Amino acid sequence: MKMLSGSEMVIKSLVKMKVKYLFGYPGGAVLDIYDALKTVPNSLKHILVRHEQGATHMADGFARATGKVGVVLVTSGPGATNSITGIATAYMDSIPMVIISGQVASHLIGFDAFQECDMIGISRPIVKHSFLVKKTEDIPETFKKAFWIASTGRPGPVVIDLPKDILDPLIKKEYIWPENIFIRSYQPIISYDPKKIEQIIIQLLIAKKPIIYSGGGVITSHSEEELLFLAEKLNIPVTTSLMGLGSFPGTHKQNLKMLGMHGTYEANMAMHHADLIFAVGVRFDDRTTNNLLKYCPQAIIIHIDIDPTSISKTVIANISIIGDAKQILKQIIHKLNKQKIENRQKILQKWWNKIKKWKDIQSLSYSKSKTYIKPQSVIKCLWKLTKGNAYITSDVGQHQMFTALYYPFNKTRRWINSGGLGTMGFGLPAALGVKLAFPKEIVICITGDGSIQMNIQELSTAKQYNISILIINLNNNALGMVKQWQDIHYFGRHSHSYMNSLPDFLALAKSYGHEGMKIEKKEELKPKLKTAIQQLHKNNLIFVDIIIDPLEHVYPMQIKGGGMNDMQLKKRETV
Amino acid sequence: MMHKILSILLENEFGALSRVIGLFSQRGYNIESVTVSPTEDSSISQMTIQTKVENENIVEQIKKQLYKLINVLQVQEIGIFPHIEREILLIKLKLDHEKIKDVILITKIFKGKIVHITNKTIIIQITGTNKKITDYIQIIKKKNKILEIARSGIIGILKN
Ligand SMILES: Cc1ncc(C[n+]2csc(CCOP(=O)(O)OP(=O)(O)O)c2C)c(N)n1
Repeated sequence: MKMLSGSEMVIKSLVKMKVKYLFGYPGGAVLDIYDALKTVPNSLKHILVRHEQGATHMADGFARATGKVGVVLVTSGPGATNSITGIATAYMDSIPMVIISGQVASHLIGFDAFQECDMIGISRPIVKHSFLVKKTEDIPETFKKAFWIASTGRPGPVVIDLPKDILDPLIKKEYIWPENIFIRSYQPIISYDPKKIEQIIIQLLIAKKPIIYSGGGVITSHSEEELLFLAEKLNIPVTTSLMGLGSFPGTHKQNLKMLGMHGTYEANMAMHHADLIFAVGVRFDDRTTNNLLKYCPQAIIIHIDIDPTSISKTVIANISIIGDAKQILKQIIHKLNKQKIENRQKILQKWWNKIKKWKDIQSLSYSKSKTYIKPQSVIKCLWKLTKGNAYITSDVGQHQMFTALYYPFNKTRRWINSGGLGTMGFGLPAALGVKLAFPKEIVICITGDGSIQMNIQELSTAKQYNISILIINLNNNALGMVKQWQDIHYFGRHSHSYMNSLPDFLALAKSYGHEGMKIEKKEELKPKLKTAIQQLHKNNLIFVDIIIDPLEHVYPMQIKGGGMNDMQLKKRETV
Repeated sequence: MMHKILSILLENEFGALSRVIGLFSQRGYNIESVTVSPTEDSSISQMTIQTKVENENIVEQIKKQLYKLINVLQVQEIGIFPHIEREILLIKLKLDHEKIKDVILITKIFKGKIVHITNKTIIIQITGTNKKITDYIQIIKKKNKILEIARSGIIGILKN
């Protein structure tokens, strides 16, 4: 039997779980773990961040891009509290993550000891589960359980809080790695009610105005192929939530693009007029429904989700199945293939004609400017230059919506963004996590002058590990989205939405050792972006500061309190 | 508003209790009373929560949310099935010699017990449903001065 110290057990367990990157920041409570890290320089790589929030977002970006568990290591007290925003971000978007936090020694817990904080208590509402480990010998089993919980069912973050005394390098205990674990009270759902499959097929076949509403759950469960097959076979239009971008090919002719508050006209109109909504892996978030009382009045709603609490929480589903979307879609396809299906082009002709009329309105068109670079054109240009293949992270604000609307994602896991919590400061660290996962791919962080400053210190981490991402700063010299809301809902009274003291971003990027590039003129946009992308291959991080039209708004936009169909397509001139 | 009684079995583990209670506050659900103790299997605790909700949908959500907690083994809404439900009340009254007979009579009717008495105070114990206890307090309150009340919160068990 192997005798190991607690810290050695932590490292050994991580290696056992095939963890490649550990994103962290040291401190007193975890120094023993940091010391033990020295023994595995090759199999487990530690990335030293500059702020614990950065660590969580990096692990999160890594997890979103790969589907694997992202792992974070922080010290007790302030290290743990700094990680909270990142944990909440992962929780809201169901991202698998394990956060290892140091804790003061057991005998000091509850005594307001130096750097003590109740991590289990503070993180409780934003984790899937948490463990306070009390004995050294419990470490391996706890780690195995934590990874299992984080990555199965509806994934989510799991905290492991480790008191310092159980990590003591001098106290060695038997290390037993459990090959199998069993958690009596946690049995992720795998089965579903087969009778419902028949019901769903009937509804899908009789609907005259059906629409598929696809979300992040399709990506989590890897059911994009099944969804594509089903949509094509039945000729049903598809709309995706913000989190579902990429779950159905962005350039597919049946794709009506994103729905909701800033959804396209055709997506929202089709939702409103649909007689059947086939919702897969979505949670009917309030940003996608507008006023629930006016929500899709004619539609029968079929809802597939792994999480029972998502079903009928806001919108009551007529038929619901709790379970793994992939298995359920596979079963639907299997049964459907046995049936004779009438000509779907013909049956849905009227519906598609209607949709075409909505599409012809071209809700994503935007007015050109002689002087200014339009943010929409930046995104379109990036799309052309990368042929839609880049991994794109974003922050939160107008730039996020522009990216979601103007960059068609054809593959899953390419769109990395904080949908649920809407965390500014997410984009840069997340991009670093993605690039570490896929060093050969183009990774772009699309951000705003407000958001980028929330975790800009991670430029230093990028330098240390030579992580060559492209940062596109859509610089409108303002907290654009806040300003837009103030324009619309506060009669243009701009209260604290300006950034009057922006740094010289180029100088800043350079001071961290990176390349900087400024784009101010329209004609420079394409050639300079092209150069920037080419330079990425030299393993540099390139910070591109693009001065855009400061008055631009994101449209289309739903009218507050209305139905899905209550939309404003252009900026009102009175503003 | 309706009252609901949920009987919850959960792992008798660090943090399990606070997760259940936290869920109620986190999501804005209300807790009227809560009782908890280990069962005959000391690794499992039994919790009874009485809650007040606006409609059935909310109870459904509470149940689903509770099930989502990793430590929760079973959730049952016991109010809707044949069940036995009990609460204990300890009530301290100011002793008034003129009214004592009355108090004893009422207590007898409610099958209560006098558990302590001094020159100045009397302590009575009543066991029964939540409603019975509330009724008792209402009646006794009319003519007597209540000095202190302690209620245990409901415990419940299904008949089958
Ligand atoms: C941490 C955090 N604080 C505040 C907000 C609220 N908020 C949403 S968008 C936004 C403005 C974003 O500005 P910027 O990053 O410059 O992007 P833009 O909208 O100009 O594209 C703010 C403050 C948020 N989402 N996250």
